[in-house]
Amino acid sequence: MRLSPDQMIFWQRGFLKLNGTILFTWVLMLVLAAGSRLVTRRLSTDFQRSRWQNLLEIVVIGIQKQIADVGLRRPARYIGFLGTLFLFVALASLCTVVPGYEPPTGSLSTTVALALCVLAAVPFFGIAEDGLRGYLECYVEPTVVMLPFNIISELSRTLALAVRLFGNMMSGTMILAILLTITPFIFPIAMSMLGLLTGMVQAYIFSILAAVYIAAATGGRRARLEAKRPANA
Amino acid sequence: MDNMTIIAIASIVTAGLTIAVGSIGPALGEGRAVATALSSLAQQPDAAATITRTLFVGLAMIESIAIYCFVVSMILIFANPFWNHVIAQGAAK
Repeated sequence: MRLSPDQMIFWQRGFLKLNGTILFTWVLMLVLAAGSRLVTRRLSTDFQRSRWQNLLEIVVIGIQKQIADVGLRRPARYIGFLGTLFLFVALASLCTVVPGYEPPTGSLSTTVALALCVLAAVPFFGIAEDGLRGYLECYVEPTVVMLPFNIISELSRTLALAVRLFGNMMSGTMILAILLTITPFIFPIAMSMLGLLTGMVQAYIFSILAAVYIAAATGGRRARLEAKRPANA
Repeated sequence: MDNMTIIAIASIVTAGLTIAVGSIGPALGEGRAVATALSSLAQQPDAAATITRTLFVGLAMIESIAIYCFVVSMILIFANPFWNHVIAQGAAK
């Protein structure tokens, strides 16, 4: 019973292994980068535009609106990171319709890597927005006693992000594999549609949670200054 | 009963119980969350986007608990270190 694409080895020499996770991640990177490059080669601003440009515009504007709704001003700063998270996880889940493909997010390595990126991005954006002191002040936010709890919550949020995405993706592929050995015709199709739906929802959840964490880390100083200002009538 | 049997029984029973008991709580919680979201949507349809987004984020948080139980159950069945250790011991004998 194959637990993850880590166990599909395509090429091996010494301790260097090319396993399914790495290969499918490369394929996704190629599709995303080459596809975007091809579509944006001839951008047009009038009504005559290619349908692919239209599609990409819908996606980008949708993500920008979601980021702004979460409370991050100037979504253009964050859309590079958050948009990529969403598109990577969403495409990883969508491509399961292609036979022979296993989503690389079904391997704990990929999801831990993505969660570590979020863990690194939160202080990065926080310091870029509020300065080092302003960012560190948010750790002692209600009182100084909360400092260890804030640190622990930071680490546990990262772990939860990784395990949530891994668990959802792995359970989808595993249920499909088990069902295919039992009732090979109609029921696995229904389950794979459910897997697509949960894949999309998990991609959305991952990027929205990353946006919420970044918003919590960057909105602090402005909120504190507003709270300290004496309330005028 | 030797070690192998005890470990096998404990792993199988615990795996089943983990996922059985561990999905009760999240299921009840998600039901309550969706019910409250539906009633607030009926009260204020204008805020549908915010309510829906918050609902999904909340559901993902609740679902994580069930996912943790599922992962523990899978580890007990498929990547059980105690079982691997005892199998290695049996093979070495």
